[in-house]
Amino acid sequence: MRDVAVVSYVCSTTAREAVCNETEMIVPVLHEAVEKSGIPSKEIGFVCSGSLDYLQGGPFAFVSGLDAVGAWPPVRESHVEMDAAWALYEAWVAIQTGEVDSALIYGFGKSSPGDLHEIMALQLDPYYLLPQWPSMVDMAALQACAFLDANDATEKDLAEVAARSQRNAQNNPHAVRKGNVTADDVLKQPVTHHPLRDADIFPITDGSAAIVLAAGDLARKVSRRPAWIRGIEHRIEAHSLGVRDLTHSESTRAAGVAAGVADGNVDVAELHAQFSHEELILAEALGLDASKTAINPSGGALAANAVMSAGLARIGEVAQRITNGEANRGVAHATSGPCLQQNMVVVLEGN
Amino acid sequence: MTDVFTAHHVIEYPGGYTRSVGPVIGRFLTGLRDGKILAVRLADGRVLVPPTEYDPVTSAEVSAEGDHWIEVGPRGTVQSFTWVAQPRAGKHALDKPFAFALIRPDGADTAMLHAVDCGSADAIRVGSRVAPRWRAERAGRITDIEAWVPLGDGEEPEPAPLHVPAEDEQPVTGITVPIKLEYELTAGVATSRYLKGLAEGKIIGGRAPSSDDVYAASRGTDPKSGEPTSIEVEVRDTGVITTFCVVNVPGLSDLAPEIPYVSAQILLDGANNCFFGLIRGIAVEDVHMGQRVKAKWADELKPDHTSIQWFEPSGEPDADYEMYKDYL
Repeated sequence: MRDVAVVSYVCSTTAREAVCNETEMIVPVLHEAVEKSGIPSKEIGFVCSGSLDYLQGGPFAFVSGLDAVGAWPPVRESHVEMDAAWALYEAWVAIQTGEVDSALIYGFGKSSPGDLHEIMALQLDPYYLLPQWPSMVDMAALQACAFLDANDATEKDLAEVAARSQRNAQNNPHAVRKGNVTADDVLKQPVTHHPLRDADIFPITDGSAAIVLAAGDLARKVSRRPAWIRGIEHRIEAHSLGVRDLTHSESTRAAGVAAGVADGNVDVAELHAQFSHEELILAEALGLDASKTAINPSGGALAANAVMSAGLARIGEVAQRITNGEANRGVAHATSGPCLQQNMVVVLEGN
Repeated sequence: MTDVFTAHHVIEYPGGYTRSVGPVIGRFLTGLRDGKILAVRLADGRVLVPPTEYDPVTSAEVSAEGDHWIEVGPRGTVQSFTWVAQPRAGKHALDKPFAFALIRPDGADTAMLHAVDCGSADAIRVGSRVAPRWRAERAGRITDIEAWVPLGDGEEPEPAPLHVPAEDEQPVTGITVPIKLEYELTAGVATSRYLKGLAEGKIIGGRAPSSDDVYAASRGTDPKSGEPTSIEVEVRDTGVITTFCVVNVPGLSDLAPEIPYVSAQILLDGANNCFFGLIRGIAVEDVHMGQRVKAKWADELKPDHTSIQWFEPSGEPDADYEMYKDYL
């Protein structure tokens, strides 16, 4: 295996980007990420992105996204219709082949133009589920209900997660929801999707994130302290909620074991929990201990969840804390599909 | 700040998205049409509902034929639920608040997602007993069960109204699912600038500070370098046909003229990219590469593509191939 590290991370999020279209929105993020990497843009070996056409209701949105990269002379490029964390996985594999030594990865999307919760029903089984139009929040709420019932947990446990996210997010300039709130404040909100309140549900977010990966000596040359990827794995489980144990995330557990989460201290963890209960399920699946690990110090996806880049941003947030010396070893998680169907776990280290 | 244009955008598949369901899902849906909930017993004895073509754990094939097909329910138990306070018109089967729930029919080991019509969020809990309320007219859809309803102790489920098959009725092989999504799109800075230009009878392009290349109808960046085309440049409404296509297919869009017609790539004077336009005012067989053309503007100018109706020959001599060969 080649040593591969995150050498640059930039993100930009807002509740609603009303001026720029998607391509214009990602230009400054890509350019800053490349500049911060110290690698000239034309020397970056591979470009890979993640986006979702249904967000703007037009086909092949990623093609115009390439206009922000500058694809002449032609570049080696790929795209996933998934969160860009999976684009990063593809780029990591490309670097492992030895064909390239560096890669630019970006994810982008505007959730505000359409009805995101409804749009995400289109990822569901089209025979049994889509004709009933359960929204993304309805699906998550079914998991939250099952989780609380099985664990003898309460809505207060969810509120604690939601409130901590908002408090942590106060230090995050990219957070679109933040505040000095307590669980009791959250519990005063009405339940909108039993058993979830607004604060338990990610805020609609427009934005993008970009990461530059570099291998071995190149990473050491351009970065004072690269965030090395020591483990990266993803696992998926069955699609139908009715055949899964919704109260645990077996795919996260398996990915965490394969990535080597337990092989050392975890100083920081950024979990792609779009709903409060998901953070509890994920922390349990990864064996994280909140007394030893700072969980979602950025506020996580409850603070800003730019669909298609929020998972990539989790990797970036951990890498950034390693590069600036706040942490030495961390775990990043990204998810895809309804109710944590598919999960990626990345272990990053400074040494 | 540039004023940006927004547009209401709808994607919709008229008549619904048509899907073949295959023999396994087809058998389950045929069962619903008959008023029965069918399930399959898997190799390890678990009973799977609704059936899929594969065992969700082992991926082993599940056959559409055989005595592993059994009937489950109609009574069921709620495993988890949420409350839908605001049903979505045209999407949800019910037009009043309802619960979505995972319901495990009696005799099954898995749950199915479905609606529960129970009046209020207080009337349902994990463990609630429910039974289907069948539609009288059933077509082999998951929504042939309109909703599940609470079932009191000792209460018998309402039987499905009898389905009288048509003489030539066949097993269910397909479904149609209406899909409609609506958006409020933002054109962005560069496109808004271009659209505003059209309303003033101008074709506005842009170029990046680091390049001399001008892009007519720039979408915001120089696609070679990725640099923003921050400098506004007006290009001429005259140019050269680089390549073209004679369209003989009718009805491609509401705006398309009668066939045959010509659509072309036009290198506008002052631009370094090609611009799409229709060619009219000339017989289709006389259109050729290198021909000089000029925009025919509409009488009423608007910030959209109707402002340029088409391009027509300007009468100038043809351009040399050398001049436009790099734009093919």
